[in-house]
Amino acid sequence: MKDAFGIPQSLLVLGGTSEIGLATARRLIARRTRTVWLAGRPSPALETAAAGLRALGADVRTVAFDALDPVTHEEKLGKVFAEGDIDMVLLAFGVLGDQAHDEEQPLSAVRVAQTNYTGAVSAGLVCAKALQNQGHGSLVVLSSVAGERARRVNFIYGSSKAGLDAFAQGLGDALHGTGVHVMVVRPGFVRSKMTAGLPDAPLATTPEAVATAIETGLRRRSETVWVPGALRAVMSALRHVPRPLFRRLPV
Amino acid sequence: MPVDTASVEVTGWGRTAPTTAARLVRPRSYEEAADAVLDCAAPGARGGIARGLGRAYGDAAQNAGGCVLDMTGLDRIRTIDARDGVVVCDAGVSLHRLMEVLLPLGWFVPVTPGTRYVTVGGAIGADIHGKNHHVSGSFSRHVVSLDLLTADGEVRTVPAGTDLFDATAGGMGLTGVILSATVRLLPVETSWMSVDTERAADLDDLMDRLAATDHRYRYSVAWIDLLARGPAMGRSVLTRGEHAPSDALGARARREPLAFRPGRLPAAPGFVPEGLLGRASVGLFNALWYRRAPRARTGELQKLSAFFHPLDGVPHWNRVYGRGGFVQYQFVVGYGQEEALRRIVGRISRRGCPSFLAVLKRFGDGDPGWLSFPVPGWTLALDVPAGLPGLGAFLDGLDEEVVAAGGRVYLAKDSRLRPDLLAAMYPRLADFRALRAELDPRGVFTSDLSRRLSL
Ligand SMILES: Cc1cc2nc3c(=O)[nH]c(=O)nc-3n(C[C@H](O)[C@H](O)[C@H](O)COP(=O)(O)OP(=O)(O)OC[C@H]3O[C@@H](n4cnc5c(N)ncnc54)[C@H](O)[C@@H]3O)c2cc1C
Ligand SMILES: NC(=O)c1ccc[n+]([C@@H]2O[C@H](COP(=O)([O-])OP(=O)(O)OC[C@H]3O[C@@H](n4cnc5c(N)ncnc54)[C@H](OP(=O)(O)O)[C@@H]3O)[C@@H](O)[C@H]2O)c1
Repeated sequence: MKDAFGIPQSLLVLGGTSEIGLATARRLIARRTRTVWLAGRPSPALETAAAGLRALGADVRTVAFDALDPVTHEEKLGKVFAEGDIDMVLLAFGVLGDQAHDEEQPLSAVRVAQTNYTGAVSAGLVCAKALQNQGHGSLVVLSSVAGERARRVNFIYGSSKAGLDAFAQGLGDALHGTGVHVMVVRPGFVRSKMTAGLPDAPLATTPEAVATAIETGLRRRSETVWVPGALRAVMSALRHVPRPLFRRLPV
Repeated sequence: MPVDTASVEVTGWGRTAPTTAARLVRPRSYEEAADAVLDCAAPGARGGIARGLGRAYGDAAQNAGGCVLDMTGLDRIRTIDARDGVVVCDAGVSLHRLMEVLLPLGWFVPVTPGTRYVTVGGAIGADIHGKNHHVSGSFSRHVVSLDLLTADGEVRTVPAGTDLFDATAGGMGLTGVILSATVRLLPVETSWMSVDTERAADLDDLMDRLAATDHRYRYSVAWIDLLARGPAMGRSVLTRGEHAPSDALGARARREPLAFRPGRLPAAPGFVPEGLLGRASVGLFNALWYRRAPRARTGELQKLSAFFHPLDGVPHWNRVYGRGGFVQYQFVVGYGQEEALRRIVGRISRRGCPSFLAVLKRFGDGDPGWLSFPVPGWTLALDVPAGLPGLGAFLDGLDEEVVAAGGRVYLAKDSRLRPDLLAAMYPRLADFRALRAELDPRGVFTSDLSRRLSL
């Protein structure tokens, strides 16, 4: 169960090697989290991630999960919930893709969309149902500022996050009053393996900062969290910039 | 048919950690209660828990995804023995109602908490204490026997002094549903209190005064300003009293010495700007309040309600803490552990927790309930807004002090304890778990509290 500050005792990370996901898990383990499930594509990296959290004193298990294989989600995730209540699900999987390459290769663009959007729709609905049956829990969805307004440089990724973000907001409304809390997290540029090699964008942040913002959001039962917080104002301004001007902005 | 609502969001008085019960059932008879319990035991159902008036601060009377039995529908006072002072009543009867009915007959509840709006079931389930604990012990000490609906759907009459009774007193609803109880009452001549008030300049002064003269009063409590720092740390106002005898009343009051008409103010607003709950404004409030109190005054006549339940005058006062709700932290450390108490008060005061008047009191002998909270020693209770950054870790730090001093925190107030500390705080926890495993092997009685702390 979550405590008065929204801190979960059990956590399921979808995208078990995500740097943001693991930073969040570490932060929550330092508070109350004892049981962690890392769901992801089986790999040595996934096992290493599990071992790392175990060293912090958590009881950690891994479960095979592929966002691109939605047919299996109900069964794979159902098993996790059958083992006991999950107080928080962190939907952390996602791929950035390679915009230039993906524009040339529609099928690889589709994989970005299928991972970030349809994969999340499927996993999100499966988890939402299980949480609803429990009557409690938080579903924390890692969206992105990239979904707030599509930009020339990464609109394939951006559009998938826009879809995910809209989906997660709607799901939050659908679950309002059911005891299940949906929180949409919109980080800006986060230095992680996803962005390795890319130049820092303005207001660049770290997985640890996202984790801190998530902890605060849980305590406040927030529905939307921007990381860093200043992005809320920046994006609300950018949203209203006229198209011709927006195209010319160096964002 | 009992009133039955699907999907209801439930919280405790502190309004933290809301969860949704799949069903909220309000039984009106023993039979309806038994049917509801059998439904809770159905495969796939997530068990059930009794709920009284929801005055427990944390998650004790909620059950995510399962059933919550609202016991306020079982609200009959069955018999009153006005000669010997014994009442038999349903568990959903509130102490407020008992006062309304019993005071005119010259009887008072044996123990009352800081609010009258608790049920008899909740009073036993949390084995509550009042300002008279040092004289009278906890509520359950005045319970002769109770009717308990257990997981098998049977109703058992459980007399005091048995294991099942001692597991149920303070057992947070986890042994079963209390349906009714036989309670011994306290005779009173009037519905007035004769109150002595005095100020204590700091914590040591306060402890000295309480230790020296508490035994002279039936009721004793100190309101302590936890925001005062330095030499003023722990400054307090002691209020101690007795039921006033009829010859203490003035001519007017004497015409109706047992009248019970508590006043009620308008409800608290649903929203108070967060700034008003900050360190500075709360500190100012506490300081004014301290200065307003008389340095020393004896024999002042106060209405029962003003003395025992000042907050009940403001309906829904818990809303002032806003959406994030608030946490109440109450612990006890034994006599001889005054140093630990000083350290804890020092930490709270240095940290500047924006806590409105906190309460310090001395407990008398421990009570037989296995999970009953009181042990002989000092108990301190404070409210803090849950949104205060870092509060979780700060309270964890206080827990460490409390455990190291052999103390414990109060489950009826808890919403955040680290589960692994529980066994050290409650040495009879193993017995409690063993009894539950035998009585309710499938864990039909379950609450968010029991899940969170693995009770
Ligand atoms: C302003 C205020 C002041 C307070 N002051 C004090 C104080 O001075 N001393 C003190 O000890 N406490 C105090 N409390 C706490 C309060 O007395 C307890 O939490 C009490 O248990 C609340 O009773 P309730 O009927 O509201 O029960 P709930 O809060 O609804 O339930 C509390 C527990 O009792 C169980 N329970 C309720 N009914 C039954 C039943 N019929 N059968 C089995 N189990 C049942 C529940 O399962 C739950 O575990 C205070 C609370 C407030 C809000
Ligand atoms: N980094 C940023 O700048 C940034 C900014 C805003 C939002 N976000 C979002 O935050 C989330 C986490 O990002 P991160 O920075 O932690 O990146 P990361 O470390 O690269 O993590 C991405 C995770 O997604 C998993 N994943 C990818 N495809 C998958 C699939 N088909 N099935 C299952 N898992 C799959 C990866 O698992 P494998 O190990 O199997 O590859 C990895 O665990 C992502 O949704 C991302 O879009 C990131």
